Amino acid sequence: MDASSRPGALDGNALAGPLSEVFVAEVTTAVARCRGCGRATVVAELVVFGPDPGLVARCPGCSDVLLRVVRTPERMWLDLGGMASLEVAMS
Amino acid sequence: MRRVWRRGVLRDRRTESPTARTLVIAVDEWPGHLAGQHLDLRLTAEDGYQAARSYSLAAPADGDHVEVTVQRTAGGEISPFLTDDLAVGDAFEVRGPLGGWFVWRPQDAGPVLLVAGGSGVVPLMAMIRARAGVSRAPFRLVYSVRTPDDRLYPAELRRRVAEDGGLDVAWIHTRTAPEGDPRAPGRLRSADLIAHGWPPDFEPTCYVCGPTGFVEAAAALLVALGHHPSRIRTERFGASP
Amino acid sequence: MNIITRGFRGRGRDRDGRLPPGQYLTHDFPVLSAGPTPRIPLDSWSFTVRTEAGQSSRWTWAELMALPAESVRTDIHCVTRWSKLDTEWRGVSLDTLLEDVETAADYALVHSYGGYTTNLPLQDLLDGQAWVAFEYAGDELAPEHGGPARLLVPHLYFWKSAKWVSGLDLRLQDQPGFWEQLGYHEYGDPWREQRYQGD
Repeated sequence: MDASSRPGALDGNALAGPLSEVFVAEVTTAVARCRGCGRATVVAELVVFGPDPGLVARCPGCSDVLLRVVRTPERMWLDLGGMASLEVAMS
Repeated sequence: MRRVWRRGVLRDRRTESPTARTLVIAVDEWPGHLAGQHLDLRLTAEDGYQAARSYSLAAPADGDHVEVTVQRTAGGEISPFLTDDLAVGDAFEVRGPLGGWFVWRPQDAGPVLLVAGGSGVVPLMAMIRARAGVSRAPFRLVYSVRTPDDRLYPAELRRRVAEDGGLDVAWIHTRTAPEGDPRAPGRLRSADLIAHGWPPDFEPTCYVCGPTGFVEAAAALLVALGHHPSRIRTERFGASP
Repeated sequence: MNIITRGFRGRGRDRDGRLPPGQYLTHDFPVLSAGPTPRIPLDSWSFTVRTEAGQSSRWTWAELMALPAESVRTDIHCVTRWSKLDTEWRGVSLDTLLEDVETAADYALVHSYGGYTTNLPLQDLLDGQAWVAFEYAGDELAPEHGGPARLLVPHLYFWKSAKWVSGLDLRLQDQPGFWEQLGYHEYGDPWREQRYQGD
């Protein structure tokens, strides 16, 4: 993904708050493997668009969507379908 | 990591620059935090409307008191309220600490290169403050600001360079440099990182924080100088205001 | 239980008859993106309509430019609560593009370069309600606002006005798009404040 095509993008650090509502473990230090290109990336280093209308985390390699989060007033909507795996350190 | 919204109360507000204020917040049962972590701050209006923003923690916790530094964005919904309207004693909600990647721990003994763009200095200041008195890890801060007026914490940084030992700070001015600065104003360059950073063979851990464009450019300069990407940690604030 | 912060009003409750409920007026043009901005050279751009029977109609940029274009002055409303009044666009009406398309479909799934999708009833694309827009405020549409061309369906929340539009699938059954899969309303009428599913 060319950096000039995403001047306003955030990174996976921005997922920490929203994901803290549903995950017991720290997710931003977990490793996400892209289902598309196979690249493994620490969640904090994903390319993230948002926060509105929702957070969209993309693979820094191939730019496929790995994770999406939308928080509506009463629900959280979560899509992890772009990940082949999410490897979480358990302490 | 599971975090709940807690009650926060503004205890003090300090002026850091013409447009930045540090908020000292008492948070019910704050669990403590690491330097580099952030919190989410949520405001609720009387009719139930809510808005939340993330802010980097600026200092180690003092009991249940935490500090964030807020840069006022003209026309913003939240930051002008926090810098100008929120009064000492007013309550709101806080969730944190958040994030576990862009952090520095006092037991990390290796050299550290901090590269800040604008208000990206806030979590790096938390690292400098957390280091004082408990770590001898060599620290260098390269801090890019538009004008001398935009510098956050200038007096404290100068004092810490003199007193803390093993800390150096270089200001890079992009628009207007102070009188007598031999460096012409301009964006962060490779030469700045060579002059004021650590050489790559020292294998410093590099923390880069600021607006997205700044972080992308600074991280690319570090990689081009030979710093391994696995030792560069980044945090992006989005488009520069 | 939420803690109400004294004096906080927030934006989004401007009382102006031209603003749908919960919206505030903006004069700039905020850019919201779910991904990197694609750069599509005009000589490789195309717009394709596929019907439920598998028939395709395709227009190149030159073919789109050869069709009659209309000037549109309209208010736009983003689900993130900003509204912008009297925006000026130029584009080709979907009535023109769909004129010779044979279909029994009730729904359209809109596709964009970069992978974005959004769904809406086909009838909301017809009768002078929707355009493939390629000019904004007298200039060619900038890439960050969806150029070279975006869908313009101003009577629905603006996420339906897909940037970098590349085509439509006409469908007998509705299929949720990028945001509609994730909690946003399937229709998105700003005047009924249909932001999320169930609104």
